[in-house]
Amino acid sequence: MKQVNNKLSLQLDVSDFLPADKEEKQSLVIMRESVSFWRDGVRRFKKNKIAMTSLIVIIFVLIFAFIMPGVYPYSYEQQVRGSENLAPMQYSQQELELKAAGGKVFPHILGTDSLGRDTMVRLMYGSRISLLVGLVASFLVLIIGSIYGSIAGYFGGKVDMIMMRIVDIIYTVPDILIIILLMVTLKYPLEDLANNVPGFEWINTIGVGLICIFIVFSLLYWVGMARIVRSQVLSLKEQEFVTAARALGAGHGRIIRKHLLVNSMGALIVTTTLQIPSAIFTESFLSFIGIGVAAPMPSLGSMAADAIGGIQSYPYRLMAPAIMISLIILSFNLLGDGLRDAFDPKLKN
Amino acid sequence: MYAYITKRLLMSIFTLWLVATLTFTLMFMVPGGPFLAEKAPSAATLEALNQKYGLDQPKIVQYKNYMVKLVQGDMGVSIKQRGRTVSSIISTGFKVSARVGGLGILLAILVGIPLGSIAALNRGKWIDNVIVVFSTAGIAVPSFVVSTLLMLIFSVKLDLLPTYGLTSWKHYIMPVIALSLYPSSYISRLMRTSMLEVLGQDYMRTARAKGLSQFVMLFKHALRNAILPVVTYLGPLLAYTLTGSFVVEKIFTIPGLGSEFISSIINRDYTMIMGTTIFLAALIIIMNLLVDIAYKIVDPRIQFK
Repeated sequence: MKQVNNKLSLQLDVSDFLPADKEEKQSLVIMRESVSFWRDGVRRFKKNKIAMTSLIVIIFVLIFAFIMPGVYPYSYEQQVRGSENLAPMQYSQQELELKAAGGKVFPHILGTDSLGRDTMVRLMYGSRISLLVGLVASFLVLIIGSIYGSIAGYFGGKVDMIMMRIVDIIYTVPDILIIILLMVTLKYPLEDLANNVPGFEWINTIGVGLICIFIVFSLLYWVGMARIVRSQVLSLKEQEFVTAARALGAGHGRIIRKHLLVNSMGALIVTTTLQIPSAIFTESFLSFIGIGVAAPMPSLGSMAADAIGGIQSYPYRLMAPAIMISLIILSFNLLGDGLRDAFDPKLKN
Repeated sequence: MYAYITKRLLMSIFTLWLVATLTFTLMFMVPGGPFLAEKAPSAATLEALNQKYGLDQPKIVQYKNYMVKLVQGDMGVSIKQRGRTVSSIISTGFKVSARVGGLGILLAILVGIPLGSIAALNRGKWIDNVIVVFSTAGIAVPSFVVSTLLMLIFSVKLDLLPTYGLTSWKHYIMPVIALSLYPSSYISRLMRTSMLEVLGQDYMRTARAKGLSQFVMLFKHALRNAILPVVTYLGPLLAYTLTGSFVVEKIFTIPGLGSEFISSIINRDYTMIMGTTIFLAALIIIMNLLVDIAYKIVDPRIQFK
């Protein structure tokens, strides 16, 4: 009853002024955990149903193209005699006899072509070629474009002007004409290199056609990437953390690699992803007009070209590569859009 | 403005020279010549033929001769197609290609712009969703897939349209649709985003507030501003149509410039390779230049530099 005694007292309770203990402090923290750029992006990406679906489709296609051929009983160049021009799930006379005798015959799920090759396994290899071209070409474009663009943007001035003038010129060159010419031209020196010069035999294992495509794409398609990287670097290099890094004695190379490129990673990922479908598009086009990957290696484009001759009698042969190529391009497009929305909303225009 | 145009023009000429030189170099790197594909001619005949077309001279002299003639507008005679000049082959082929390609571009614009605008005006409604789904799918389908599927449905299954040649209006339907599917989808996406942006601008609210009719508002204020990105796309659109024409002309056996280009490379018809490449490159480069200038005239806010 101490308080009652003196009504004019402030009646303060000393215990209210004790330092807060840890538990009390914890209960006062209302801020959520700080979210990093990446976590935020991934969270946004996961919410995007279309992008997630396309990612799952891409994973399935990857499994279909890279793992399935290993366990599939036919190979892409294997010609099954007597089983030419089979319809989907159809067995040839021989295979029926073998089955009747108790042997096991794996069904031709999508039929066979005029040479008796299983369409399903050729579709897998064709998708593999498309994906390889898309992924490797975009990777090369990413490397060349980001090095070139960051150097131009970082050093600025005369260096930038000369480097970007070169980009402008390559940009105005009609790429498809040069691609076709290069594809035809590069084949011979590469074949020569692979067959006659020791140390270059690996070219044959990958295939001259594929190497040609990689070279052509990395020669022509990096300009778009270089422009984007340059504009990113131009705005980033004025920021304080770059000045800070320079004050601490970081060299040009370190600033470009550790600060500028890392900070434009969002734009780099998005642009690279969107580069994949366009590379696949061009590869299938080249194979379709007959100057892409060399036979007997199938490509989705050359499979479709082969199917045109028999379009009257075997329309399903056209459908398989047509659906596959459209599916691959569509899902990479949607994945790229989703990544852009999640990681680099500024790029959306 | 004239300084800008002059600068761009000089750069275009330089690019064109670069393409010509590159083509010339690449062309002679390919083994085999134009006369090897035929019944092997005797050494004497071969020598005479080489002499006739000037192929016996050193490459650098050939290059100089070709360039001098090119500047005078002479592309020489075709080596494989006897008695025809390269310019006459190009002009015949281009007339065919330009009809199909031009119709394709026209259709793409006529379909793409209204679809994109309709989608933007009905944002979030079912019609918007339908247009977005179709235009997203349209971008993913390569022209050879569209062409072959059209052929499968309309020629093989329904037997409505002819599959090859270019003799009546019916022959144009499938190639033109095949060429325009991708660009019309692209334009409609482009149009939708830019229309949405324009519709959110303050001047649109002002237009509505001062009581303009829906028609005037849409056509005088919204469309004119929203159409700008489509104008910039016209350059790439031409380049795309060219790529598409290689495929479409092959599938529908149309005797256009695209098929001439491919066959000249396969036949090593040197003068034809040079001629078609330079012609097509010039076409695209000039188009891009015109589009850039037009863009700056349409939108006065853009500075010439």
